[in-house]
Amino acid sequence: MTELKNELIRHSAADLAAKLAAREVTAVEVTQAHLDRIADVDGQVNAFLHVNGEEALAVAAEVDAARTAGGAAAEELHALAGVPIAVKDLIVTIGQPTTAGSKILEGWHSPYDATVVKKLRAAKMPILGKTNLDEFAMGSSTEHSAFGPTRNPWDLDRIPGGSGGGSAAAVAAFEAPLALGTDTGGSIRQPGAVTGTVGVKPTYGAVSRYGAIAMASSLDQIGPVSRTVLDSALLQEVIGGHDPFDSTSLKDPFNNLVAAARVGNVAGMKIGIVKELHGEGYQAGVENRFNESLQILKDAGAEIVEVSCPNLKYALGAYYLIMPSEVSSNLAKFDGVRFGLRVLPKDGPMTIERVMGATRAAGFGDEVKRRIILGTYALSAGYYDAYYGSAQKVRTLIQRDFDAAFAKADVLISPTAPTTAFKLGEKLDDPLAMYLNDVATIPANLAGIPGLSLPGGLADEDGLPVGIQLLAPAREDARLYRVGAVLESILEEKWGGPMLAKAPDLKTAALGSAATTAGGSN
Amino acid sequence: MSVDATLSFEEAMEKYDPVLGFEVHVELNTKTKMFSSAPNVFGDEPNTNVNEVDLGMPGVLPVVNKAAVESSIKIGLALNCKIAESCRFARKNYFYPDTPKNFQTSQYDEPIAYDGYLDIELEDGTVFRVEIERAHMEEDAGKLTHMGGAAGRIQGADYSLVDYNRSGVPLVEIVTKPIEGAGSRAPELAKAYVAAVREIVKNLGVSDAKMERGNVRCDANVSLRPHGRERFGIRSETKNVNSLRAVEHAVRYEIQRHAAVLDSGEPVIQETRHWHEDTRSTTSGRPKSDADDYRYFPEPDLVPVVASREWVEELRATLPEPPAERRKRLKEAWGYSDLEFRDVVNAGVMDSIEETIAAGASADVARKWWMGEIVGRAKVADVDPAELGVTPQVIVELNKLVEGGKINNKMATQVLDGVLAGEGTPAEIVEKRGLAVVSDDGPLLEAIDAALAAQPDVAEKIRGGKVQAIGAIVGGVMKATRGQADAGRVRELILEKLGVEG
Repeated sequence: MTELKNELIRHSAADLAAKLAAREVTAVEVTQAHLDRIADVDGQVNAFLHVNGEEALAVAAEVDAARTAGGAAAEELHALAGVPIAVKDLIVTIGQPTTAGSKILEGWHSPYDATVVKKLRAAKMPILGKTNLDEFAMGSSTEHSAFGPTRNPWDLDRIPGGSGGGSAAAVAAFEAPLALGTDTGGSIRQPGAVTGTVGVKPTYGAVSRYGAIAMASSLDQIGPVSRTVLDSALLQEVIGGHDPFDSTSLKDPFNNLVAAARVGNVAGMKIGIVKELHGEGYQAGVENRFNESLQILKDAGAEIVEVSCPNLKYALGAYYLIMPSEVSSNLAKFDGVRFGLRVLPKDGPMTIERVMGATRAAGFGDEVKRRIILGTYALSAGYYDAYYGSAQKVRTLIQRDFDAAFAKADVLISPTAPTTAFKLGEKLDDPLAMYLNDVATIPANLAGIPGLSLPGGLADEDGLPVGIQLLAPAREDARLYRVGAVLESILEEKWGGPMLAKAPDLKTAALGSAATTAGGSN
Repeated sequence: MSVDATLSFEEAMEKYDPVLGFEVHVELNTKTKMFSSAPNVFGDEPNTNVNEVDLGMPGVLPVVNKAAVESSIKIGLALNCKIAESCRFARKNYFYPDTPKNFQTSQYDEPIAYDGYLDIELEDGTVFRVEIERAHMEEDAGKLTHMGGAAGRIQGADYSLVDYNRSGVPLVEIVTKPIEGAGSRAPELAKAYVAAVREIVKNLGVSDAKMERGNVRCDANVSLRPHGRERFGIRSETKNVNSLRAVEHAVRYEIQRHAAVLDSGEPVIQETRHWHEDTRSTTSGRPKSDADDYRYFPEPDLVPVVASREWVEELRATLPEPPAERRKRLKEAWGYSDLEFRDVVNAGVMDSIEETIAAGASADVARKWWMGEIVGRAKVADVDPAELGVTPQVIVELNKLVEGGKINNKMATQVLDGVLAGEGTPAEIVEKRGLAVVSDDGPLLEAIDAALAAQPDVAEKIRGGKVQAIGAIVGGVMKATRGQADAGRVRELILEKLGVEG
């Protein structure tokens, strides 16, 4: 039985779906296998802030009952029904706490479900639990979580990326076949790169943001985390589509993603190397794997062209004005008045301003405060034009750069992150070094275009995963899946199997029982 | 709280020239809120008309209410504004518990309507043009009630209650350009301006327009400058002025207070003032400067509102006739004097008269009935004249009965009472009550003979040419016939009988 379970957790979501449909396994078995895995290894990984075993098993049982009943009930099941999933704890869920990785929301339960969660429920995908993240998704290492860092399954002393380190690590550690992330400047893709998983930031507006606790509204996007390109395509088709509750969500659907992932060739496609997104500042091992992928695509019949996006050198600067400006406003609602933490001032008069002040002082961590202060300053009268205004102009210029680049190439390619996973604590006291991790991922958020990161192999110098990033024009997410799936299949053929098979075994059951209650539920 | 010194209004006017400005907030009567699907209903149990969006829960997003945009465009058009082809919302950031997100979603540098005007007719017929700077969309805040402490203010309160039912109610804020040249008529203009805005939004059907419920709320800006100076003085902004009378009084009071401050050589403090109906005065609120930093920036959760020219023209075509133009047109058509027309308007029966004329009555007959009979009865019954239960058809029918000589005016009022008592149509009541005028001369001549015999001295006077004495005989006849005689016919017959020329 144990062996069977171990085998089950190593399957892709697509394989699990096929086995469930063929009734080779039950959804309860699949779900229980993942819950067991969480109990076994999450004490070390700390990917989960809350484990939702009871509800997940109940949903799985419903799926099994429908399959057993057969007929219409079975036919109406979604292809991914019974395939479990983990949800980043920035996305609100009825019945489970949502903390955003922050003390300020500790103990809060949302009275409503995010639109994507409603879609998961409609597809009857058991929700395993809520995954760890940098507080309010602000960070590139998950070290800014108020509930302790998540660790990289490839090396427990290293970061799993961020902010969605929990979702990426959960998938990399076989605790879940799928997860939801959110990506504001790379929070899905960079963790994907450093944990050897697949992560996709869809086109801005492709997936409803309703119920994702906003960090920077004009940049945030929910997207899939998985171990294969096809799995991400399957998941994006579940969560995508127009939502009347999100006025920035796109009206017309473009759900040809799974089909694109199954095309199986890139012959004749033009793939553009972005001059500004590799080379100087990128680790040698990262560059090597990147060049290897270029050669593979070329061999597969793609035409490699070089493009330049000269304004990308301003992307990081623009991002660190726009993002904190929106943060400073979006996070104003966390004041202790209506929900979440309330801290009373220790002495002095008990005024509303002082209660708000004491709550925010105690509830927010340093990185969140840093960005609130930065954004408040950038929006101040007299500075607005110079900071927020200029940053918006840069944003337009970057969009134009991409428009020009996509006139020459169908898809752009770059390393996802400049380095492999760094050690926990290594960059914690150096915000700027931390910010530089997102240099290659931020441009897609500023331009609203989709981006995908997939495993590109291990760096020679440290044996750690390297991510390859693909970018496509807005609404052309399908191109990412087409090229990504081809590159993935050739690489896996070369490696003799999935890259994650090379990840070290996690010592199981060492601290298993601690996993279920970590975080904001108590 | 110290009482501010004031100058007499006359003295203030002698020395200074007032400049006004108004921000009028209009609550729209859409079914749902500005950015959420929660109901927009006044007066319900606190915190029941709310959902997660109105409460600013983590993760929520706003969605613009199209009906509110439509109402806003209509208001803009009625104020002769230009309508922006595309405009954005912005966030006005400030921490206060009546605003659950700690920012208000409003419009900042891109209002949906701008550059308009409104011609305000003062009581004596003078027309004063008020320039409209902008009309923009925003959401209302929740309602705070401060318990304990002084004056219902947050400072010093023991605790405060928040009702978020009002949170997210659609508002249109109408901002005037500085209004110069009103002089001593500034208070009157203030009242007339707010009245005109209220009338317009009511006429458009976009707001319930009840000031007592806060559907229309006015902030009045006042500043003074010495006569002949171009530069504006420092202004105060009086908040919470929520009746037409209060607008007039508040502007008058602030003019008098500013004048006293300026006379003492002190500068006026730029601040908000609170209006107190009981003392008819204002007190200092919080200091307000142009440097108040709300850190406005474009609302990233909303796409721009696009108002295509086709849509705007469609909406323009649905606009009702502006109230002022309609009044002008009706007054001319009906031929009423200024005084007559003003009385009709003040009595609130202009619409009813219009309908009555449309039903077939003459303008004078309609006015006679509504002003002479119905308004008084409505006052006694404490209802609006139009709601008393008299339809235009009743009046037309009554009038026909009178003009046809079937009944006289006195009987007609009795028939009206019958209609109000639910006894049926006027014709039925005439029948039932046996009210027909006696038109057969026979019985009348008998009654006349009896009356003349009863008052021989009066008969003699009439014969001698004192025709005005005839009233006593007519009265006698009417009494004898229990009012059913046609008094005009009676008069004719008496004169005939006595051989006197009328």
